[in-house]
Amino acid sequence: MNHIALKMLMGDKGKYIGIIMGLTFASLIMTQQPAIFVGLMSRSYSFISDVGLPDIWVMDAKVQFVDDIKPLQDTEIYRVRGISGVEWAMPMYKGLLKVRLTDGTFQTCIVVGLDDSTLIGGPPVMIEGKIDNLRHSDSVIVDIDGARDKLGKPSPLSGEARIPLQIGDTVEINDRRAIVAGIAKVTRTFQSQPVIYTTYSRAKSYAPKERKLLSFILVKAKKGQNTTELTRRIRTATGLAAYTQAEFQELTYEYFMHNTGIPINFGISVLLGFIVGAAIAGQTFYNFTLENLRQFGVLKAMGASNLILLRMILLQAVLVGSIGYGLGVGLTGLFGFAMRDTILAFKFPWQLLLFSGAGVSLICIFAALISILKVIRLEPAIVFKG
Amino acid sequence: MTLAVSCRNVSKVYDTGGQKVTALNCIDLDIAIGELMMLVGPSGCGKTTLISVVAGILDQDEGICELFGENLRNMSSKDKLNFRARNIGFVFQSFNLLPSLNAAENVSIPLILNGMKRFEAERKAVTVLEQVGLGDRWKFLPSQLSGGQQQRVAIARALVHSPRLIVCDEPTSALDHKTGRNVMTMLKDVAMHKERTLVIVTHDARIFDFANRIAEMDDGHIVSVEGIKAKDTSLNLAS
Repeated sequence: MNHIALKMLMGDKGKYIGIIMGLTFASLIMTQQPAIFVGLMSRSYSFISDVGLPDIWVMDAKVQFVDDIKPLQDTEIYRVRGISGVEWAMPMYKGLLKVRLTDGTFQTCIVVGLDDSTLIGGPPVMIEGKIDNLRHSDSVIVDIDGARDKLGKPSPLSGEARIPLQIGDTVEINDRRAIVAGIAKVTRTFQSQPVIYTTYSRAKSYAPKERKLLSFILVKAKKGQNTTELTRRIRTATGLAAYTQAEFQELTYEYFMHNTGIPINFGISVLLGFIVGAAIAGQTFYNFTLENLRQFGVLKAMGASNLILLRMILLQAVLVGSIGYGLGVGLTGLFGFAMRDTILAFKFPWQLLLFSGAGVSLICIFAALISILKVIRLEPAIVFKG
Repeated sequence: MTLAVSCRNVSKVYDTGGQKVTALNCIDLDIAIGELMMLVGPSGCGKTTLISVVAGILDQDEGICELFGENLRNMSSKDKLNFRARNIGFVFQSFNLLPSLNAAENVSIPLILNGMKRFEAERKAVTVLEQVGLGDRWKFLPSQLSGGQQQRVAIARALVHSPRLIVCDEPTSALDHKTGRNVMTMLKDVAMHKERTLVIVTHDARIFDFANRIAEMDDGHIVSVEGIKAKDTSLNLAS
């Protein structure tokens, strides 16, 4: 009877497409919105992800997330270097500084100061120039998105896009000259501010004068060292906080989850998508069953059992569910592809496929269930009513 | 006389929003195997309820209704379904063909319900469609067929699994006079033989002459059961 179920389903093209569109919409919302959410949340710790080399991040014990900078004294670095199991420990400055552009406007940027000798913690991908260019006087490396957009020079023609910052261009950071010596690709940050890399000593000269300016100590564990054990030793010996890269990402992620309205806002979007999708798909599927009730009645009168009819309805639900889910996920993929070079946050891990798959399955089960109940209660004598 | 249908004291009451409506009131009716029995009477007299009980798709409240000696009410739901699938064919007033299936697929449904493989069932369906004169139209959807042709497909569907009883609900009421008679002639020629019984509910006095006997119903009772001589359509029916 499977082929009969499928032909019944596809017989009315309008209804068939309507059900699939409802499920596609639900699947799209349940995949796309969480993908934006995941993308946004992963941006909260993108800076940590981009700094790939160190095993452990050391910072003030009160730091709650990556942008919550509570500076340390430079001497702390020597204490960390003295702990057994530490291969090396390097300073990093991270701060928000105002950059004066060529047209006189100001733009707040994330300025990252790297260890002067090793340049550890630098940008993950260089697009133009080399990271070693930072050794030149006054040199900085600017991220490509910032260079194109917020740090770009205004076009002489009104309404035209900004002219990207290029190697050799000059900006001012806290009234000090900074020459662009390279363009890098970095993962966008949560606030999408431009990222400027320079050396640690130069970053300190850019930053407002404070007694403490060391933001993080980047630590590499010796080969064979248990990093969890090493973080414990650093914490005990220095009284500072020490996290593995994953732990620091988790700390930052948890902070944004618990201290911002982002999860609730996106949760509401996903929930609304689920409810609207369930309503559209459930209602259309239920209507489809209602309109075919006489046909189910005919089958029942001719000897089709409830089990056969149930299987037919489930098959119909599974088919429309699979197609709707596939289209929704496909559209989400296309959306992500189309937005790949824009400011929009988007990340599509495989777990989202399971999430939206479960959501669409729930909708289909709900729609099939109410339809099945109707068919099971159906008196086959309905077929003799004119 | 061997009986196809034997109803004794069959009653059925519908509860319509607190109001009791007696559809069948102590019905006694015997229909022999090989007989073509027509149930006639005005609208609301209980014909459809009686045919539903006879076909085993509606349970009576009281009385016994046996089909080929089997009391369907004593059967489990599964046995009743199997019994219906094997022994009963249906022809409906509005044809009730599945609109998205072609003629052969529609006709093959009873065979598939009886466990036959799809392609074998469709092959057999085509041979039965040939018997009703639609061998060249087996691929047509119901919407591509005329009313008379659709009813012939419905008749083929009722016949394809060689049931012992065929119940027809107003099989000609949606058809013009000539087409209705053609359908009845075809139904009688193809369906009737000594092992098969036909029960037809109808208002259509123009086809009474096809019946062996006519049971006239009124207000839930069988008022009279009469044998019909050829071309005798003199029953006084208020419909």
